[in-house]
Parts: sequence; C-alpha cells; structure tokens
Amino acid sequence: MKISFPIIGMHCASCAKNIERGLKKTPGVADAQVNYGSEEATVNFDPSLSNLRHLSNVIAGLGYKAVITGEGAKTPEELKEEAKKKELADLKGKVIVSGTLSILVLLGSFPQWFPFVPQILTNPFVLLLLATPVQFWAGWGFYQATWSGLRNRTASMDTLIAIGTTAAFGYSTLIVLFQRQLTALGISRGMYFDTAAIIITLILLGRYFEAKAKAHTSDAIKKLLHLQAKTARVLRPRVPSRPELVSGPHPESDIRQGSLSASSADRDDMVEIDVPIEEVKVGDIIRVRPGEKIPVDGKITEGASSIDQSMVTGESIPVDKKVGDLVIGATINKTGTFLFMATKVGKDTMLSQIVKMVAEAQSSRAPIQRLADVVSGYFVPTVLMLAVATFIVWFDFGTFSQAFTNMIAVLIIACPCALGLATPTAIMVGTGKGAEHGILIKDAESLEIAHKIKTMVFDKTGTLTKGEPKVTDIDFNAGFAKMGLTKEKIATAIVSLEKNSEHPLSKAMVSYLGNASALMVKNFKAIEGFGVSGAVAGLPVVIGNKKLMEQEKVIRCGQLDKKAEQWMNEGKTLAYVAIDKKHVALLALADTLKNEAKETVNQLKKMHIDVWMITGDNEKTAQAIAQQAGISNVLASVLPAEKAEKIKRLKYSSNEARSLDNSSRPAWRGSNNSRVVAFAGDGINDAPALASADVGIAMGTGTDVAMESAGITLLNKNLYSVVSAITLSKSTLAVIKENLVWAFGYNVILIPVAMGVLYPITGWLLNPALAAFAMAASSISVVSNSLRLKTKQI
Amino acid sequence: MDKLIVSILGVSLIGAIYWFFFGKREEGMEASKGLTIIVDGGYKPNVIRIKQGQPVRLTFIRKDPNSCLEELVFSDYKIKEYLPMNTPVTITLPPPHKDKSGFHCGMNMYHGRIEVTK
Repeated sequence: MKISFPIIGMHCASCAKNIERGLKKTPGVADAQVNYGSEEATVNFDPSLSNLRHLSNVIAGLGYKAVITGEGAKTPEELKEEAKKKELADLKGKVIVSGTLSILVLLGSFPQWFPFVPQILTNPFVLLLLATPVQFWAGWGFYQATWSGLRNRTASMDTLIAIGTTAAFGYSTLIVLFQRQLTALGISRGMYFDTAAIIITLILLGRYFEAKAKAHTSDAIKKLLHLQAKTARVLRPRVPSRPELVSGPHPESDIRQGSLSASSADRDDMVEIDVPIEEVKVGDIIRVRPGEKIPVDGKITEGASSIDQSMVTGESIPVDKKVGDLVIGATINKTGTFLFMATKVGKDTMLSQIVKMVAEAQSSRAPIQRLADVVSGYFVPTVLMLAVATFIVWFDFGTFSQAFTNMIAVLIIACPCALGLATPTAIMVGTGKGAEHGILIKDAESLEIAHKIKTMVFDKTGTLTKGEPKVTDIDFNAGFAKMGLTKEKIATAIVSLEKNSEHPLSKAMVSYLGNASALMVKNFKAIEGFGVSGAVAGLPVVIGNKKLMEQEKVIRCGQLDKKAEQWMNEGKTLAYVAIDKKHVALLALADTLKNEAKETVNQLKKMHIDVWMITGDNEKTAQAIAQQAGISNVLASVLPAEKAEKIKRLKYSSNEARSLDNSSRPAWRGSNNSRVVAFAGDGINDAPALASADVGIAMGTGTDVAMESAGITLLNKNLYSVVSAITLSKSTLAVIKENLVWAFGYNVILIPVAMGVLYPITGWLLNPALAAFAMAASSISVVSNSLRLKTKQI
Repeated sequence: MDKLIVSILGVSLIGAIYWFFFGKREEGMEASKGLTIIVDGGYKPNVIRIKQGQPVRLTFIRKDPNSCLEELVFSDYKIKEYLPMNTPVTITLPPPHKDKSGFHCGMNMYHGRIEVTK
C-alpha cells in the first residue's frame, strides 16, 4: 500500500533524511521518501505488518508530526471551529489583562484628572512596568505579523499598529531611562505609555468583537451542513455461514434482522445495518422510517410517504412521494416507511451541491469590490509615507510633541480592514440568507446585477404555469342517448383508453374522470402527436385532436364544433372523443397558472420592471395565459433554439423586440440602449436563454445543467422568489454601498484629520487613543452592518 | 538646522518606504506539475506561472499565526479555503485560466498573482 501524507516540523533537509531513515527501519515499510520542499512523505508499506497509526507514531517519536487524514481526522470546518474558539479565548484573556493594565496606566499618566490615584502609580518606572506586558505580551501578535510581512516586503494593518505603538512606547521608555540627558537636549518630557497601551487594548477588543461577529457571517453554510444525516440504514446481503457478518463495510454496526417487508424473496437474505453516511454507495437500498432524515438522494423502490423538503427547497408543504419518485437527501420523512435506491452519494448529492454552490458564491468577487481591491494593495505603504510626511511638516511648523502624536494618530487611524471586509461579509450574509429561503445564488456578480433588472422574461410552461395540463371543460353531444350512450358510458370509454397512455393530456383526463370505472381495451394504439384509439366493450373509440377525427372520418357534431371554436379562442387544447365513428364528447384542457404568478407579476411591475412572457405555444394560447397573469408583452411561437436570440434582442431594445416576429432578421449588431434582462426558465432546453440573459433564474430541482447556466436557482419553485431574489439583491447592494461609503469615507476623512489638516482652521487634532477607538469601531460597524441583512424581510 | 536634518531624513525615509514596498522584484515560479506555497507574512512565491489548459495543484502551508492569512481566496476560481496552521491544504485550479488572476487573504491584505503562459 502506497500513501502520501504531509509532515510538519521539518526545518532542514537533514530532518527529511532523518524521518526517511526512521520510516525505512519500521517493520512492514518497503520504501519511504520524504521531500523537504513539499514537506511530504511517500511510504510504501504492507498493511498486514504496519498501519497508519504506527507510521504516525514513528514520526512523532522522531519529533515531527504526520498529518494523516482518514478515520477520526478532523474536517477543515472542525479545525477552523477549533482555531476560532482558541483565538477568541486568547483574545479575551489578552483584552482583560491589557484592559486592566491600560486603565492603571491611564490613571497614573494623568494625576491632574484623577487626584484619587495613589502617588506610586504616577511614578514613571511603575508606568513603564505596567505598560511593558501590554506592549510585548498582548501586542506580540502585531510584532509577529509585522516581522513576517517585512521579510516579504509587504505590510498590513499590524505593521501600522506595531510601528505606531512602538514609537509611543519606545520614546516614553527613553524619557524614563534618560530623562536628564534628553531634557538637556531640549526634547519634550511627555510620555505616551497610556497611548500605546490603550491603542493595543482597543484594537484587541475590536478584533475580539469582530471575530465574534464574523463567525455569524458563515452561519448559512453551517446550517446546511448540519442538515446532513450521519448514518443510513442500508440493506446488505447476509453472509450465510456467518450471520453476524454482512458484506457491508461495517460489520460491527448496529444489525437489525427480519424487520423487512417480505415483498421480495431476495430481501430474506438481507439484513439492515446502520452505516456511516460516507459509506453509502450508489445502488444501495436504504430504509427510511417516519420521522427520519433521508440520508442521500435516490429513487423510491418500495412504499410511499409524505416528505418535508422545506430545509432544502424552502417549500413549506410536505410533498407526497411514491415508487419511482426521487427523494432528496437531508429532507425529512413524515408519514410512511419506504425503501429507496441511492442514486447520488457524497459530493454528488443535492445538499452537497447546494453547499458547494453557496460556498463558491461566497468566495466570488462582486464587481463593486474592484476599487477596494486596487486600493488595498497600496494602502498600508501609503499610510506609512503619509505618517512620515506628517511628522516632517509638524516638526518644521509646530512642535516635536505635535509631530509625534499626529504621526502616531495617522498610523493608528488608517483602517484597511474595513475596506477588506465591506463587500465579502455582505455577500456572505446575503447569499446565505438566500440559501435559507431556497434561493441559490451562483456568484456575487449575479447578486449584484439582480437589483438592476429592468426587463423580466418568464418562460411559460413550468415557470408561469404548473406545467401540468388540467381538464377545464367538458361537453357532450346532446343526442348521445339516441346512440344508446350515457355520460357514464362515455366517461368509462375515455378512462379505459387513456389509462393506457403516459401522455400528460391523458393523465389529466384520467384524473378528471377519476370516478369512472375502466374496462378492458382491445387493439389499443397510441398515435403520436394525434391521440389514441382502441375498442372498449366492443365499440371502436378514438380520442385525439381534430386531425385525428378527420383521418378517422368521424361524423361531426355542430353543437360540439361551436364549443370547440369558443374554447380554442380561450387558448385551450381540445380533445375530441368519438365512439363508433360519431363525435360524442369534447374536452378542453389548459395548463393552469401558478397560484403566485399574478402577485409576482404585479410586484415586479410595481418595481418598474417590464414583464414579458416567452413560449412556443401559438399566439391565442399564449395570450390567454398572459392575460390571466397580467402580462401584456408576449413572445409566442418561439422555438426553444430561438429563445436565446430573443433574450439578446430584448437586452438592447425592448421596444424593438415587442414588434419582433419570427421571420429571420439580421442579428442585432450593437446599441448603447442596453437594459438588464433576466430570464426565468425551468428546463434543460432553457439553458442557452438562461446563459444569454444578464441574470438567468432557473426554476429548479437543481438539475446540473440549469443550475450551471443560471445565476440564480429557485429551489422552492415558487415564482414569488423572483421578487424575493431581487429584493435580496437590493438589500445586499445597499449594505455593500453603506459599508464601502463608511470604510472609504472613514479613511479618506479621518486620515487627513489625524494629519492635522483641520488644525489651522479649527484647531482640531486627533488623540491617538481616540484614533484607536475609531479604528476598532470601523471594522465592527462594517461587519455588524452586513449582519443586519439577516433580519431583512425578503 | 535640526528642521533641515529632520526634513532630509524624513524625505529619504519616504523614498526608502516607497522603494521597500513598491520597488521589490517579484519572484515567480513555474507550477507545471504543482507547487508548494508557504504562507508566512505573505505568499512565497507570490507569483505563480501556470500553463494554459492544464489543471494546477497548489499546496499551501500556513506558518504565520496572523489571522488575516487564515483564509485563502481565489475569486476568479470561486475558491475559498481555510488554512489551518502548519497543515498543507491542496487546491486545484481547473482550466481555462484567465490571463491574469490573483489570490489573496481573507481581508484582501496579502496578495499573490497567477500568470498564464501559453
């Protein structure tokens, strides 16, 4: 067995040789190579003689650490959680100690303000003693970061703080130690221990609050990860001679026997075992009982149930599922027990895809961030130069004391962190909030553009409508009694025939006439694109469109023909029913509008967004549905392949597109009249249109193609989420802008104030301790402002 | 006189700061088969040359406790990774690569650059 793993703790090439030797001497190890450059070991060993733990112990015995992942290893999330907890505990301890010491230093530094302070506290040596741990223990992290940065010729906020406080502390120490000599040289006797200590305390306090607040910006991902079930009850074949052993990977797991439904003879040879979720394989049959979480994605093979999918899709009503239906991992089984076959496990499950997508969106960059990106690269060195310039000008035109304090104030007030945090924190909270409501946002850019949508185009079938046709009307030939028929007999003929077809229209008819009994059908024939035919109770029955009736030479009925014309004008699809070559009944079918469609369109119009509908249906059917939804702009008879082209045209001129017909026109070649167009569609065939729109909104169950092409996916299939997504985009953008204005404004205004530009006019100078307070507050305010998004109604 | 000296020294210091931070020569490294990048006060190396059309494996080892560096972000690839101390974290950048893209720490204070060669 060959394995590679990282090693920590090597500081030279001989360390690598040392480990290599140690490993090679270990029994069972055939070969070992340790690379110092990549800090990695590659070991070839016999698993029957040695194991990973053993190898890890050998390396630990040599004084290094092997990072071997596998069972019991911590996930990056756990490591992060652990590190964050430790960081918070460390910061808390430092804040408490340095806070106490800083208060004492402050009291001792200004006896004129605090007359109650004991004399000893005002002694410069005591102040030095109290300030030293704050400077070099609590503030040690600033020095570490500064040093490692300087070695790389880079600088960060820590550099500014380290230089600022060291200047204050160092100068004060010199005053304490060489007071006489410096006074003789005419150098001011002022001390700045209080400034250095308070700055460090306040910055640490700020970091403490910031770390606490930042932990909440990734709550959404944590919530999603917690949805995952830990184990699955899998059916595995029993090994006959050793019933306690099963062929699953965990023989010691909880084994339950004989509790299977005896629907299949094979199952008698199966046992149910609880296995960790990571060991579930595609093809495994899994049992889920009421109240349990469905462990992975799959297809029901036995049983039925009602399933609460709200945690993944945001749909509030449980969905009924039966054999053949797909189930989603992490959703909750409400009522029945069922078996299902795992079709997607591990990284492929819908939940994993959602987590991945949210994490990706959170790490993508919003275009609005560009300016902050450019500035951040030059920020700290520029502030360092400004601080020196401040010192020179104040030294030349003012006093040393003014020059010194203003220089420190400039170093301390600059806050590049607020700039760095302004956009990403808002994007994190915004995308997380969306995911909680079943709105998956692919990247920060989609979230940013969504608020600029000026034109919203809906695909008709499956997006505006439910995508399931329903029978809306039925009429019978008034003379059916003379033909020896009754309404019931006609209904029986329809149901008997249509039960044999899988067509959505057939299903709608069967569901509408569900009470009618079904008889045996002879010579059943499905004529694609036309209808069905067969013999019921010895009579020939034909159900289909007008063309089929003409082909079959059916005797027409004037009364039903009139109805047909009326229903067709209403945009409905017609099904003619003929028994024994006579037209006896007519059914009208229509796809029904989603309940929330009208409200959604209304809301979008209120947001001053042009709403369009695009469909492959004929003009009449399209207009009928559009009218119900309150949409006046309709693009009808558009082939799927043409949808993308229509969307492109709409982008540049909606008025032009309004008059577009389907004749081939030269492709659009350029205009400045660009509008932000969003397209909402549901299927794979909508992918090109989703991709060509500025914002593609997939109404989906998370099929990969649609999700890939769309910027936003509405997992809950609720049309109103389009409005929610736009609202979310608006709120997030508002927060980002506030953050950027605050972060930029803060730096742009307060750095000059710290430099003392207001002094000639107002006499204002910035106290460095106040600067530290403002700096700490700026980062916290940016993160807190982003967290405000969590409470927004969308 | 002292003012003159402070002014001259100060202006020289400004020049030195400029040279120190902006005048550095960035050392790039080829990462055709993969590369280990040490995260310590920045990224070493911080300019990575990769080949167009090929996936690249980059292993980051963070040795700097500065919390700013604990997060690694490749915005163009939509990758964000937490870097535990002293633990190698390997990421794969899938092609196609943009001609120039970058990576940075969670707070956008430390930067690295990726250059694509044909």
